[in-house]
Amino acid sequence: MLKEPTSETAPIVKKRVSDPLPIRVVLIGVMLLFFIGFIFLPLGLVFAQAFQKGWAFYLESITESYALEAVKLTLTTVAIVVPLNAFFGVTAAWAITKFNFAGKAALKTLLDLPFAVSPVIAGLIFVLLVGSRTPFGSWLGEHGIKIIFSTPGIVIATLFVTFPFVVRELIPLMEAQGRDEEEAALTLGARGWQIFGKITLPNISLGLLYGMILCGARSIGEFGAVSVVSGHIRGQTNTVPLHVEILYSEYNFAASFAVASILVFLALLTVTLKVAMEKQFQKNSFHH
Amino acid sequence: MGLFSIKRGNILPGFGLSMGYTIFYLSAIVIVPLSMIFFNTVPMGWDPFVHAVTAPRVLASYRLSFSTAFLAALFDAVAGLLTAWVLVRYRFPGKQFLDALVDLPFALPTAVAGICFATLYSPVGWLGETLTKWNITIINSATGIVIALVFIGFPFVVRTIQPVLEEVEQEIEEAAHCLGATRWQTFRKILFPHLFPALLTGSTLAFARGIGEYGSVIFIAGNLPMKTEIAPLMIMSKLDQFDYAGASAVALVLLLISFSMLLVLNAIQEWQQKEYR
Amino acid sequence: MNFEWTKKITLFAALALASGLPGTIAEAAAASSLLNVSYDPTRELYQSQNAAFIKYWQQKTGQKVKIDQSHGGSGKQARAVIDGLEADVVTLALAYDIDAISDSKLLPANWQTRLANNSTPYTSTIVFVVRKGNPKQIKTWDDLAKTGISVITPNPKTSGGARWNYLAAWGYKQKQTGSTDKAKAFVKSIYKNVPVLDTGARGSTLTFAQRGLGDVLLAWENEAHLILKEFGSDKFEIVAPAVSILAEPPVAIVDKNVAKHGTRKLAEAYLNFLYTPEAQDIIARNSYRPRNAAALKKYAANFPKIKLFTLNEVFGNWRAAQKTHFNDGGVFDQIYLP
Repeated sequence: MLKEPTSETAPIVKKRVSDPLPIRVVLIGVMLLFFIGFIFLPLGLVFAQAFQKGWAFYLESITESYALEAVKLTLTTVAIVVPLNAFFGVTAAWAITKFNFAGKAALKTLLDLPFAVSPVIAGLIFVLLVGSRTPFGSWLGEHGIKIIFSTPGIVIATLFVTFPFVVRELIPLMEAQGRDEEEAALTLGARGWQIFGKITLPNISLGLLYGMILCGARSIGEFGAVSVVSGHIRGQTNTVPLHVEILYSEYNFAASFAVASILVFLALLTVTLKVAMEKQFQKNSFHH
Repeated sequence: MGLFSIKRGNILPGFGLSMGYTIFYLSAIVIVPLSMIFFNTVPMGWDPFVHAVTAPRVLASYRLSFSTAFLAALFDAVAGLLTAWVLVRYRFPGKQFLDALVDLPFALPTAVAGICFATLYSPVGWLGETLTKWNITIINSATGIVIALVFIGFPFVVRTIQPVLEEVEQEIEEAAHCLGATRWQTFRKILFPHLFPALLTGSTLAFARGIGEYGSVIFIAGNLPMKTEIAPLMIMSKLDQFDYAGASAVALVLLLISFSMLLVLNAIQEWQQKEYR
Repeated sequence: MNFEWTKKITLFAALALASGLPGTIAEAAAASSLLNVSYDPTRELYQSQNAAFIKYWQQKTGQKVKIDQSHGGSGKQARAVIDGLEADVVTLALAYDIDAISDSKLLPANWQTRLANNSTPYTSTIVFVVRKGNPKQIKTWDDLAKTGISVITPNPKTSGGARWNYLAAWGYKQKQTGSTDKAKAFVKSIYKNVPVLDTGARGSTLTFAQRGLGDVLLAWENEAHLILKEFGSDKFEIVAPAVSILAEPPVAIVDKNVAKHGTRKLAEAYLNFLYTPEAQDIIARNSYRPRNAAALKKYAANFPKIKLFTLNEVFGNWRAAQKTHFNDGGVFDQIYLP
């Protein structure tokens, strides 16, 4: 019953059906055009601005203590947000794709909701929930618990913004896969956790990985929502994106773009991580 | 007790546990916080609410936000499908690098993206200089907003299609090929229906995200009342008048519209799936 | 079957989490520090001011203090304080924003009478920045309303500085003609010439100076000098109109927060310090108009003679001005309706 995984990097013996060369060239060309206009030009601008005052200034900007504090805060946030949302994503996708129940479409829509919420609102709702104007917020304040305008607030707002990424990645994938394999395993006497660990998880690992990377990337770059709950205290509640904005507002363009380039590197790093994990996964996959 | 209750025919275990946790986490992170918008709107009463959300400037901003987000999502659907196809199916040097860059719009703070596009298309920018000579204005117009939103929404489409495309069993295509179908026929009749739910999801997400986007758009939009003012900016300007209720009211309307749109699209998808299963 | 990578993720997360924790703990432990929540253009001013105060305070009491800064749009900053950002002192662009904080009972309604000069240790005004050589010959407020002139100013709904710009233009016309209708028509024709309304003063500066849009930028006098310094006095020049508004950005202690932190003494000393000759000198050096006559005289070259009218003269007070002009449905909204 188990089907062959046919992903790009897997060694495939038989000849694949592919598009004729002219079509491939044209499609790659069109894609490159899009990339030049929408990805490379902004990226080039970031680096051109970052290095306009030379290497020494660049290094100085990204190793300056406020910048390092910001990087630390951003990474802390990512490290909390990604596992939480990944765990939720797998659980919710299991519930939604492996069972039939009333209200499925509504539930799926609720999962998408954070995407449809403006980042501005995403920050605002937490201010409305735990800000000191509210009874709950003032109670927290009296007990010395700080949520908003400190690290927990930033984490929660980021959780909200990146909430759907993993689950949204998994649902179409798991729906496409169906539930035949799991049901077959069940009839063969496998238990729930065994089914999940040995069949479902390996099947969805690629999607899960994508979802986590998106979630991570978005956590790194989130600006709007975090900006509302941060309080912008230098060296304390500034994430990297906020630090970029502060430097820019101080007309310190070179430093601002230098710090922005850290984010580009972080994004590239997450994807490198993905490629490495993909390889690892295929090496250890049960087919080989 | 109809909602979320299980139907017959489910044999796999773990429904109660996974559903329970899903509902709990969803409530804690999304539903309860979002309900604050509702609770902050209620005290203002019906008439002031209607007045706040149907002011001409607010209506103009809805129109702008929805139309630009729609155009951007459409563009993203085409560009995203193409990119996913090329990245999954073809081998060429530099592929991994391009694949990595797809996520850039997520990792780059929206404000930086906004500044980049505003700088590129400004009359003294790399692209703007030439465009100005041809009398084409990008910044401070709806076109500028669409460009920013295309950038913001792009990864949604690619990253939703990519895993599904990678899962597609080549045997089906090969079979179609053996039976004499052309590549185009195979794509149109077999692959596209299979990819369509993911494509729809991806572009809907890009669309929904576009409606709410703030950070990148304010730098390139121009923000002129009645002309280039986006809906999230209306919320911000209400907040700056310390008008929490008014801001919540506009947010609520935006939220309800987006929610019902997502609902419809999810229903379409459900139906699609039954068709091609 | 191997889940090597899931283990790795968990490990990575755990490590990152562990490395982040000491930071949060250290945050809570900072003692004898002040948080000054301020508006956008004062970054450079308070950087110098804080350094001077820390030195002064250590000499006087032997205590080493730390001053944290937070900057942003004036209205947003006020809102953050209302929602729980624990500022010891606020130094904002306009009294209306501190009024809003006092409405939520964080400081008494009479806050403005607690310090000298309406609690404003310095003033400023609104001037024009034009491109070098003033190619469009913009000299007066009336020139801004002429056709073919492109004016850059931020959105009064989201920027404190922009409200001063708007009120300066309005006040000029109202004082000249004595008619609010004429003032309204005048302001409307100026905003017809505005191609972009950025959300903050710094955004407008960048639109004008870096992206090359517009013929004239309406700006704080201190920002105008900063633009010349940062972007080159060979590219831009300042035009001082004959008449403009006296902008009074006030400062205040947030009573509830200093009581909570036990920092009242320090906060009072910090704000009083702003009135000392030393601080007034720093103020003048940063192109804000000092209250101190000696400092004003020393830097007189920076401050051309402009006939300044106060907000109260023309508009009564900030609350009234806000309500009539900038709230939803107010005059600013009306001038944009077809």
